[in-house]
Amino acid sequence: MGRKTKVAICGLMAEVDAFSFVTELEHEGAESSCNLQSSNFAKKKIIYCSRMSIRFPRTRQTLKHKSSRFLFRKRERNQFPLAGRKVRVGVVGASGYVGGEILRILLGHPDAVVTLATSKQYEGEPLHRVHPNLRTFTDLTFAAPKIDEITSKCDFVFTATPHGSSIRFVPTLLGSGLRIVDMSADFRLKNPTAYEEWYGYKHPNPELIKDFLYGIPEIYRFEIKSSKLISNPGCMAITSILALVPFVKAGLIDEEHVVIDSKIGSSGGGAKPTLGTHHAERYGVVRPYKPIRHRHTAEIEQELSRLAGREIRVSMTPHAVNFVRGILCTIHCFTKEKLDAPRIWKTLRGFYEGARFVRFVRDKKGLARYPDPKILAGSNFCDIGFEFDERANRLVLLSATDNLMKGAAGNAVQCMNLMLGFEESAGLLFPGLHPI
Amino acid sequence: MSGGELKDLSETDCPECSAKIRIPSDAIDGEIVTCPDCGTGFELEISGSGTVTLKQAESVAEDWGE
Repeated sequence: MGRKTKVAICGLMAEVDAFSFVTELEHEGAESSCNLQSSNFAKKKIIYCSRMSIRFPRTRQTLKHKSSRFLFRKRERNQFPLAGRKVRVGVVGASGYVGGEILRILLGHPDAVVTLATSKQYEGEPLHRVHPNLRTFTDLTFAAPKIDEITSKCDFVFTATPHGSSIRFVPTLLGSGLRIVDMSADFRLKNPTAYEEWYGYKHPNPELIKDFLYGIPEIYRFEIKSSKLISNPGCMAITSILALVPFVKAGLIDEEHVVIDSKIGSSGGGAKPTLGTHHAERYGVVRPYKPIRHRHTAEIEQELSRLAGREIRVSMTPHAVNFVRGILCTIHCFTKEKLDAPRIWKTLRGFYEGARFVRFVRDKKGLARYPDPKILAGSNFCDIGFEFDERANRLVLLSATDNLMKGAAGNAVQCMNLMLGFEESAGLLFPGLHPI
Repeated sequence: MSGGELKDLSETDCPECSAKIRIPSDAIDGEIVTCPDCGTGFELEISGSGTVTLKQAESVAEDWGE
């Protein structure tokens, strides 16, 4: 299959109800395993295939054909006002790791164009001075964050500013009608007094908190579609919540005794260096970080309690470990009754039906038998696995993400896609690298 | 663990993880099929009347605890 054909097929993704089909072709390196004839398909919505095997991930069916014709129905145009043209997107605080990752995704996004990237520190510098992977992908330079420029150049804004800064900056954008995804914690906690307890500052605009939706597409997909303001979850929070929520919703676990043991790579600490992040000090560490009362505990408890309809307590201890990207949460829960593997599988599959970015990894064969953040670097997947210890009625959940992707930028773009009526996975289907 | 009896030889749900397992049309009694999702191996028991039962196959586990 030639490159031109492949691009055309990818372009068709937004138009057809065969998303999983195209995805799998990309994942399996379809160039060598199939022969697609694309003539006229753009007009007639027909793809001719010969000698190929197609696996449909959602239904887990495999079809083998020597010669087949796939007829795709065109989807109805949605009602989103920005659909049908490329949306103009700005990134405020674009020089950090999360900002850089948002830029990387957007520069390859089929429905978005980056029109503004702000940084006070690097004003006037090309983006590749700070994000060297973006060289030749854009001619943009960092601009100072000016409100009028943001509102005139952008339809959509990601604010990747630090905790405590977003709360001062974001309110200045609210009157403009811009859609916003805020990456900080400043709008995550719904109880304003919780900011004093967990973040050490008094929230200056508590009345705004209710306007922001906590953005986990796998849980709030419907609500996100009609939201204009999203607060993006914390990286370890979303990694933990995605593993726990099916079991909390099903009422299967003891809600007073949930222990989250997290390992996180160095990029989780942000782009500003400290003595503790100096290579000589950071290299090789398994460094416990906030053994009790880590900030993400608050949003995990908030969301799980909200979804369960009752108070849920979690105990979380993160560790800084020796990789750049990635989170692995090992979560210990104690169940009210004995569970077996089929029931646990059904609980997960039932909750995440149709969720493209949640995968289950509990394989008795192969290299990755449980989730491993190493192979998720750069991808938007959350891999979830489990074991059940019958001796203690202990359910061990294992959840892995790339902290900068599903833990931050990737999830934020997924929210943007929903808010604007784009394909939920647009720009996000990079499967990760192996070996890495 | 064993699955239910199958009438259709082409596909069935994995008794462990509920993923779809393809069963070859020319499968024979005692053949091992493996779930593509969870990796569990199943031995096919095919009766004279053609009904098929999945029985979890024994496997040797790795031991890294020494």
